[in-house]
Amino acid sequence: MSSWWRDVSQSLSSLFVGLGITWRHLFRRSVTLQYPAQRWQLPPRSRMRLFMKYEDCIGCGQCARACPVQCITIKTEKRPASLPPIWAANGQGIKLDLKVFDIDMSLCCYCNLCTYPCPTECLYMTPEYEFATTDLSQQLYRFAKPNAQFLTVNPKAGAPAATGGAGGGAPAGA
Amino acid sequence: MEALRTWLRDWSPVFAGLPDWAQLTLAALVPAFATMLFAALGPVGYVYAERKLAGFMQDRLGPMRVGPYGLLQTIADSIKLLFKEAIYPRGVDKRLFVAAPCLVVIGAYLPFVTLPFGGRSFGADLNIGVFYVAAVSSLSTVGLIMAGWASNNKYALFGAMRSAAQIVSYEIPGLMALISVVMIVGSLSLQDVVLAQAGGLQNWFLFRYFPLMPVAFLVFFVAGLAECNRTPFDIPEAESELVAGFHTEYSGFFFALFFLAEYTEMFVISALTAVLFLGGYLAPHESLQTLAFLGWPAVGLGPVWLVAKAWALIFVMMWLRWTLPRLRVDQLMYVAWKVLLPVAFALVVVIGGLVLWPVTAQGFPWDRFVGWPLTLAALLFLAYQAYVARRAPVGPYRELKA
Repeated sequence: MSSWWRDVSQSLSSLFVGLGITWRHLFRRSVTLQYPAQRWQLPPRSRMRLFMKYEDCIGCGQCARACPVQCITIKTEKRPASLPPIWAANGQGIKLDLKVFDIDMSLCCYCNLCTYPCPTECLYMTPEYEFATTDLSQQLYRFAKPNAQFLTVNPKAGAPAATGGAGGGAPAGA
Repeated sequence: MEALRTWLRDWSPVFAGLPDWAQLTLAALVPAFATMLFAALGPVGYVYAERKLAGFMQDRLGPMRVGPYGLLQTIADSIKLLFKEAIYPRGVDKRLFVAAPCLVVIGAYLPFVTLPFGGRSFGADLNIGVFYVAAVSSLSTVGLIMAGWASNNKYALFGAMRSAAQIVSYEIPGLMALISVVMIVGSLSLQDVVLAQAGGLQNWFLFRYFPLMPVAFLVFFVAGLAECNRTPFDIPEAESELVAGFHTEYSGFFFALFFLAEYTEMFVISALTAVLFLGGYLAPHESLQTLAFLGWPAVGLGPVWLVAKAWALIFVMMWLRWTLPRLRVDQLMYVAWKVLLPVAFALVVVIGGLVLWPVTAQGFPWDRFVGWPLTLAALLFLAYQAYVARRAPVGPYRELKA
């Protein structure tokens, strides 16, 4: 009999404890984010879609070798000597013509390993994350441009040699 | 109805020109349609309220996309359900399969016949009103069992069997609690039950024979919860165990009927609890019974009070649903047969005695000399038991003692 009373009193008191908890939550602010209308403020250096600045790429292919899932395809040709010399924004000369630079974002695992070895820092991840498509082939991003405007003057030519790549001189324009 | 008829006759010369039978029929149809419309469209609001409350209690927002604040969500959902195909799985007993949801809906809507929305607004003041409501609302149990049986699905059958066991068990303490009200009133008519509570808040049955009637209220409300298969008594449709219980195989319109019946039953149980214990259509104070405080003494607030009380109880039901987990079947039976039933029987005996005993029948101040001391003693005892239970070494779980 005493266990009966204990059961009844315990269930009644615990009932009110539970009701109190839900009552308090009833007036708490909701944590829902109304997505298309409201968005998260993304943290800096978010690893989302990759972007490559074609004009700065020297075609070294280190990113493709670093990629653990082989989602970067690079094809280069030797730049003919008859053509005027061109430079990347950090002053490195571009000796190869980049014919193909494809990144298949459907394969990408967002590890960010490709951006570290890039000598000209032309490959980086952007905070852009809304690029879902209904067709998988649209996830193949072709970064090679037919008529890119390369730097024809060495941007580092006038700078003292000691500062090297740290400062990054003003771009001299096309 | 008579009042409405005279009012219509004054308002429209066309109506006054009609023959008697047409006037009577029209005057009867207006409140009938109003009640039906309220009863049929109510669930749309209750479902929305339920989803919103569930959201708020879980720190979410609930439906937000269809219409402002998701107000049109349930309307969109019901339209979707109406247009969906009704699928008859292989091996169903087609006639029972179709009849079951209809029976459930009929069982849920029949109590509206005698539900007193006001001193003059009710379908019929049956002199067996309480008995009628209790009898008619168990019609939906038959529907549930039919649905489970006709579905040719083990989960549906499990759900139906569970609902049968549950409702049969919980109807007994529920009716016992109801009998204690009926004994005080001395009549089964719901209209008489309400009028016996006239005279303000302190005359509501919830506060009569003080510690006893609140317990009766609790017993009746818990039994009512079990009868509309609401959490924590939702084992007939326990979705994590039985897919969807008795309505596993139902789709489209028939599923919508089950849904409608469930929420209508919620309103009926809440309204019935309000009528039996919370003064029905009577205001907490007589001055609030009409709009006299605004200068319109002719406008009665009866239906507003009843609906407000019923909605408050519906809120409690939803609150409980999003608070409590589902009971096991054995716990369910424990609560019904070992807790509610003895309590309800004791109530019937004690309240019956108090009604018959000449001393209390002639206005002995029961509350002051017995009620409050008894309540205090009971609360102290329960608190002590809870304290002991907290101190007692509790293992991973304690077996229920047979």
